[in-house]
Amino acid sequence: MNDENLVIETHNLTKQYGKFTAVDKLDLQIRRGEVYGLLGPNGSGKTTTILMILGLTEPTSGSVRVLGYDPERNPLSVKARVGYLPDQIGFYDNLTARENLIYIAKLNGLSRIEAYSRIDEALERMGLADVSNKHVGAFSRGMRQRLGVADLLIKRPQIIIMDEPTLGLDPEAARLFLNIIRELGDSGITILLSSHLLYQVQEVCDRVGLFHRGHKMLEGTVDDLAQRVLGGAFRIKLQTNGDHAQSIEEALRSLPDITSLRQGDNHWFVLEATSDVRSAAANAVMRAGGDLKRLDIEIPSLDEIYAQYFEEVEHAQIA
Amino acid sequence: MLKSLNLGSTREREGSPWRGLWVVVAKDMADHLTSARMRIMELLIVLTAAGTVYAAMQNIRSTVGRDPFVFLKLFTTSQDPLPAFIGFLGFLVPLLAITLAFDAVNGEFNQRTLSRVLAQPIYRDALLLGKFLAGLFTLALVLATIWLLIIGLGILGLGLPPSGEEVARILVFLVGTIFYGGVWLALALVFSTVFRQSATAALASIAVWLFFMVFWSIVVSSLARILQPGEPTTLQQALNQAQLLQTLTRFSPNTLYVEATVGLLNPAVRSFGLVLPTELQGALIGSPLPLDQSILLIWPHLTGLIAITLLLFAIAYVLFQRQEIRA
Ligand SMILES: Nc1ncnc2c1ncn2[C@@H]1O[C@H](COP(=O)(O)OP(=O)(O)O)[C@@H](O)[C@H]1O
Ligand SMILES: [Mg+2]
Repeated sequence: MNDENLVIETHNLTKQYGKFTAVDKLDLQIRRGEVYGLLGPNGSGKTTTILMILGLTEPTSGSVRVLGYDPERNPLSVKARVGYLPDQIGFYDNLTARENLIYIAKLNGLSRIEAYSRIDEALERMGLADVSNKHVGAFSRGMRQRLGVADLLIKRPQIIIMDEPTLGLDPEAARLFLNIIRELGDSGITILLSSHLLYQVQEVCDRVGLFHRGHKMLEGTVDDLAQRVLGGAFRIKLQTNGDHAQSIEEALRSLPDITSLRQGDNHWFVLEATSDVRSAAANAVMRAGGDLKRLDIEIPSLDEIYAQYFEEVEHAQIA
Repeated sequence: MLKSLNLGSTREREGSPWRGLWVVVAKDMADHLTSARMRIMELLIVLTAAGTVYAAMQNIRSTVGRDPFVFLKLFTTSQDPLPAFIGFLGFLVPLLAITLAFDAVNGEFNQRTLSRVLAQPIYRDALLLGKFLAGLFTLALVLATIWLLIIGLGILGLGLPPSGEEVARILVFLVGTIFYGGVWLALALVFSTVFRQSATAALASIAVWLFFMVFWSIVVSSLARILQPGEPTTLQQALNQAQLLQTLTRFSPNTLYVEATVGLLNPAVRSFGLVLPTELQGALIGSPLPLDQSILLIWPHLTGLIAITLLLFAIAYVLFQRQEIRA
């Protein structure tokens, strides 16, 4: 490993199922302490990538390094240091939450005393201390998901990999769970998460990679991508009372950092800019003699970036 | 042996393949011993044992004279209309073994616990062998309990303790019965790896068992007729034909077990020559074989049962190693 701070590194990683290529020559570099989102629609190869990183599926070709280990040669070292939350998490329903965790602790070779203290700590942290002696069969989806996190905290992982962590959660539970992810990220653990719900996870990810049919098409911070794909990362909307439309448009057009401007119905002006030009735009409207009724700013979502990008890609292919 | 079966990668793997083995064994045994279906099986076996042994004792008491192997008779004596206990074992043991393993792998899969467990620092080897051993130990525990129960009933009912040789024969018989169970355990393990549905795996295991129980003798006699057609004209031909028939019959674990049982519990049996097992009981009169000779006689049968078990486990192993673990 050439860089101390790269905790997950893949090079030309490829997985084929027969003739079908699920992951195609993937180069991924994840740095210590970051929260990285592996985003893309269903079937784009996210789960396959994760399984190869964990050594649970054999790559067809290419290499993986996790904390400097090769998951195929040193699966035990990798699995002792990486916590994994599968996309469909299951527990032994006939056992209690605590009993489920004890099994995992023992599989990790922890002593009884160590196991019990870590289990108490993890259950406490996930807010499951009260229900620790209840059978998991009675748990809600959200509770299971938190138990899944408690489960992987037992091994005190340096890296946590979560596959579709918000899938099947109601919006409130999803929000709570995203907070948990954020907290884990803040505590210094490197997190790799996958999701097909781009809008949901964009705020917790430091960096995202957008996947499409086994390829990583785009990568960077959300702002970064917005900049590259949409041109402007900020979309500002102004509504006026309709007077002086001509001179307002001219005034707005002369603002710095503006990448596009158009007029919509009901006297809306929509402008895209590379910086937050809200106050300058408001001033410009005023100077042109307009009457500002509303001013909104939209920070573009990953969904938009994604949709826009693939529209372009497909147009380019047709052309 | 198992190491060389790992076809996937020729590279040396780190650490022991058996790390976590005993954790898996302990958990699965605890599951078995507390599960409702095991309770039902235990009850069934205890009732069968009590019933047949009681009937056998009625029968034994009515015969005059002290048989030196009266405790063995507890297992083998039948009293119309009830068959002897060993007759029941022939299907109770497979049933018990199948009950213990038909959802071993696909159960984890369907509960979606498999990927979480395999994400811990253990190999698949430990999980599969752990499940097999947990089943085998549970089987051994249940059978040993039944054996003790039978001996206890015998001591109470007959009013005398078993001789050293009787105890030894009964113990070897216990071991043989556990090996016989091992075959069906390994078979159910294979099907639990192949089929995603536990019910399918259970049905497939039972189908194989029924095949050997009911149809194998029919298959064997038609096979023998195909391989050596025509009516035997000389004694040698007749002998050859019978020999072939017996060899083919022995491909069934049931035959191996029945012969081993007869050899152990009927010390008068000196060979399995051209006599069908069903005709053996009481038919051969002569001086009993010493224990070591009897064991020698059934040694091939025991190793045969172990070999089938190993083969089946190896199949399950290869299948499991290559299985995609995602749902
Ligand atoms: N065992 C398999 N055999 C054949 N194709 C598979 C197998 N597993 C996954 N695939 C295919 O690989 C592609 C990527 O799957 P996956 O990694 O699960 O995508 P994602 O997690 O992004 O939804 C899908 O098109 C899927 O159908
Ligand atoms: Mg997936």
